[in-house]
Amino acid sequence: MSTQLKSETDKNFVGLRHIYKTFNLGSVNEVVLFTDFNLEIEKNQFVSVVGSNGSGKTTILNLLCGSIPVDSGSVFVNGREIGKLKEHERSRFIGRVFQDPSKGTCPELTILENMALADNKGSSFGLQLGVNKRRIDYYRTQLELLKLGLEDKLDLKVSSLSGGQRQALALLICTMTPLDLLILDEHTAALDPRSSETVMELTEHLVREKQLTTLMVTHNLKFAVNYGDRLIMMHRGNIVLDAGPEEKSSLQIRDLTEKFNEISIEDGN
Amino acid sequence: MDIVFGLIRNVLEEGFIYGIMAIGVYITYRVLDFPDLSVDGTFPLGACITAMLIAAGVNPWLACLIAFLCGGAAGCVTGLLHVKLRITDLLSGILVMTAMWSVNLVITNGSAVLPFYNKDTIFTSGPAALLTGDAKQYRIVLLGAVCCIVVKLIIDLYLRTKSGLLLRASGDNPQYVISLGKDPGTMKIVGLVIGNGCTALAGSILAQQSESANIQSGTGMVVMALASVIIGTSLLRKVKWIRATSAAVIGAILYKACLVIAMQLGLPTNFLKLLMAVLFTIALVSNNLFAGRRKKQNVNPTQI
Ligand SMILES: Nc1ncnc2c1ncn2[C@@H]1O[C@H](COP(=O)(O)OP(=O)(O)OP(=O)(O)O)[C@@H](O)[C@H]1O
Ligand SMILES: [Mg+2]
Repeated sequence: MSTQLKSETDKNFVGLRHIYKTFNLGSVNEVVLFTDFNLEIEKNQFVSVVGSNGSGKTTILNLLCGSIPVDSGSVFVNGREIGKLKEHERSRFIGRVFQDPSKGTCPELTILENMALADNKGSSFGLQLGVNKRRIDYYRTQLELLKLGLEDKLDLKVSSLSGGQRQALALLICTMTPLDLLILDEHTAALDPRSSETVMELTEHLVREKQLTTLMVTHNLKFAVNYGDRLIMMHRGNIVLDAGPEEKSSLQIRDLTEKFNEISIEDGN
Repeated sequence: MDIVFGLIRNVLEEGFIYGIMAIGVYITYRVLDFPDLSVDGTFPLGACITAMLIAAGVNPWLACLIAFLCGGAAGCVTGLLHVKLRITDLLSGILVMTAMWSVNLVITNGSAVLPFYNKDTIFTSGPAALLTGDAKQYRIVLLGAVCCIVVKLIIDLYLRTKSGLLLRASGDNPQYVISLGKDPGTMKIVGLVIGNGCTALAGSILAQQSESANIQSGTGMVVMALASVIIGTSLLRKVKWIRATSAAVIGAILYKACLVIAMQLGLPTNFLKLLMAVLFTIALVSNNLFAGRRKKQNVNPTQI
């Protein structure tokens, strides 16, 4: 047991504090989603999030990434309040993989060009040659990790890859540069069972190797139980289950399904 | 035979110059997916600025450069309207196009045509003056081709730089540019600057060829440039070794050839713009057919 005390920022590495969010305020479609919502994530923790449709999972991710603004409350990453930063400014330290495999790469560019762009993240995009030939070997070794044979197809356009290949590539590209937080929004949902297993194993590998603080939303209860250090279940903008490392290790898929049923009964269906 | 040669020369004299504009519009329309209507205003802008500068005795090559920069500034305005004020792409273009009409009138001091006969132009001074004898009658084609090829090579080179890759990415998948920590809006503005710069440069060179600037010369330029780009890129899509920029130039030459042939067959000048619109429609429709075929070839997105 390490006796080293975690510093305050490491314990609350990522934080959503007193978040309020209402959609379509004042109209007939008003949705009051979050009232005083709180979530803290420790550094290097891998959190999986499950929950019914419309429970606010994607919205949490959007609030963290800055795709939509909070009504009130504060968003912290690595001890810093990031509420004022624009989405692209937050991307410098938050990586995101989407459910839609076409969002994480550029279809009209080649694999090599996509990787070269990602490799340059954080520095300036000036008039130097886009693809640095000396980095190609490095890109190859990275692609070999995927075990998809992409290392021999560097000059292939990404649009000709399958969804699973693209998603694996997107994940690799996203984690190429150092990140404070990795966000995965149902990133295996559009893939067939075998591809999603492959991509999930790759996720686990990359997260552990690079010690990434990760927030993964999934509808796959098996993934949620088998991967990650902590499991959160959401319902109607609230956390209804929050299982830390010890509790989670004894958690079964059956327990989760039961919990889900409880929630549905409350809803009256 | 002489007639055919004369016609070919006629086509190429303007074809290469319009090709420069087509390269610019390729950047906005194909790379950025931005239908930029401000081209109708920036083309005569380049012409008018050149006329004013050359009449004042400025070096014609310098005039070309200034025309490029001014066109770029106009493109920047289109971009700012769209990106910062969130006006739709089409309307931003129309606003700049309309505003350019007044700007151009101010530059020409209120006159619709601004001639500058017997002044030095890129076709009569500098390297062009070295051409003598038979070569002299081809100087317009030669200089047009050289300018066009230089622009093409520079743009090709740019598209391979980091900034160029980012530009291509922001037309293709803006979300990807955001995840790289960059603002795709900024890249849109950069693309519009380049596109309208090239257009104004084409306007400048065409004015020097005819030794006068016409404030109305912009009408129909959008249609012409878009048609060139669409014809060129969809006809030559299958040919791997031809880059898209070359395809745009070839498209411009083919388009010009269609117009010249129609004129030669006796089409009255009044029908010219109608013909331009018809050609554009044909290009658009055939492009859709091509695109439809291409989509079906896509692989199953869930299979690994
Ligand atoms: N941009 C928006 N405008 C209006 N309402 C929205 C918007 N985004 C989300 N909502 C609403 O907020 C609620 C939560 O949506 P959210 O997408 O976060 O759910 P989710 O948990 O990701 O669901 P799913 O499992 O279906 O992906 C839903 O009721 C939805 O209608
Ligand atoms: Mg969702």
